[in-house]
Amino acid sequence: MKRLQRRGFLAGLAGMIALPATWSTGVVAQQLRSVEPLLLALTNGVPVRKGRVTLDLPQLADNGNAVLLKVSVESPMSATHHVKSIHLISNRNPVAEMANFYLGPRTGRAQIATRVRLAGSQTVTAVAVLSDGSFWMDSAPIVVTLSSCLDES
Amino acid sequence: MTARIQLIPPRPKRGEIIEIRVLIQHNMETGYRTDAVGGVIPRNCINVFSCRYNGAEVFRAELSPGISANPFLQFYTVAETSGELELSWMDDQGRQDSERARIVVSE
Repeated sequence: MKRLQRRGFLAGLAGMIALPATWSTGVVAQQLRSVEPLLLALTNGVPVRKGRVTLDLPQLADNGNAVLLKVSVESPMSATHHVKSIHLISNRNPVAEMANFYLGPRTGRAQIATRVRLAGSQTVTAVAVLSDGSFWMDSAPIVVTLSSCLDES
Repeated sequence: MTARIQLIPPRPKRGEIIEIRVLIQHNMETGYRTDAVGGVIPRNCINVFSCRYNGAEVFRAELSPGISANPFLQFYTVAETSGELELSWMDDQGRQDSERARIVVSE
C-alpha cells in the first residue's frame, strides 16, 4: 500500500516539474504583441506591403541596451517621389512606437541609423510612408541575450 | 547636454548628399528604473529632434524610451548653400538644447 502511494506521489511530482517549461514559453508568446493594429492605425486601414524597405538589424544582440539599427528605403527622393516618414515599431518593448523619422525632398537618401533598446528577443518592424500615399514595410527578428530590462537598476 | 556632430564629407559640393551623424549626451531615462529606496525614476527622454539647414527644417525625429541612452542618429541631406546646420532637441522635462555645425559648400 505504502509503495503504491509513494509511486503515485513521485509520478505527480514529475508531472509538476514538466509544467514550468511550457509555462515559460507561454509567457514569452503572450509578451509578443501583434503589430497589425498599430500598422492599421498608422495607415488608416490601408494595407502595408512588404518591400522597398530594408531593415538592418543584427540577428543576435549581446546587449539589448544599444543595438545598431539601420533602415533604408528605395526612393529617388525627388520632389514628386520621396519618403515622407519612417516608423519603427517593436512588438515587445513597453513602448511599441520606437521612433518616427520625417524626411522630405531635401533628404537626398532615405536612410536612417540609430541605436535602439530592445526589451528581449522580438521582431522589429519598419514602416515607410511614401509621398504617393503607399505604405511599405520590412521586419527583422532579433535574439537579445541581455534584455534592456524593465526593472534594471 | 552636449552633442557631437559629424558631417561626411565635411566640405561638400553643391548638390552632393551629405551624411550627418549626431551623438547627443542624454540618459534617456525610461521611467521603468527604480532608485535605491524603491521609488520609480521618472521618464525623461528626448522626445523630439529637429535639424534645420539655414533655418529650414530638413529632418525631424520623434524618439521614445526605445532609443538607447546617448542617442545616436545618422541621416542625410542635400548640400545646397553654405551656412549652418542647427540640430535641436527637447526632452520630456522641457529642457531644450541645440548644437550647430558650419557647412561649407563649394560649387
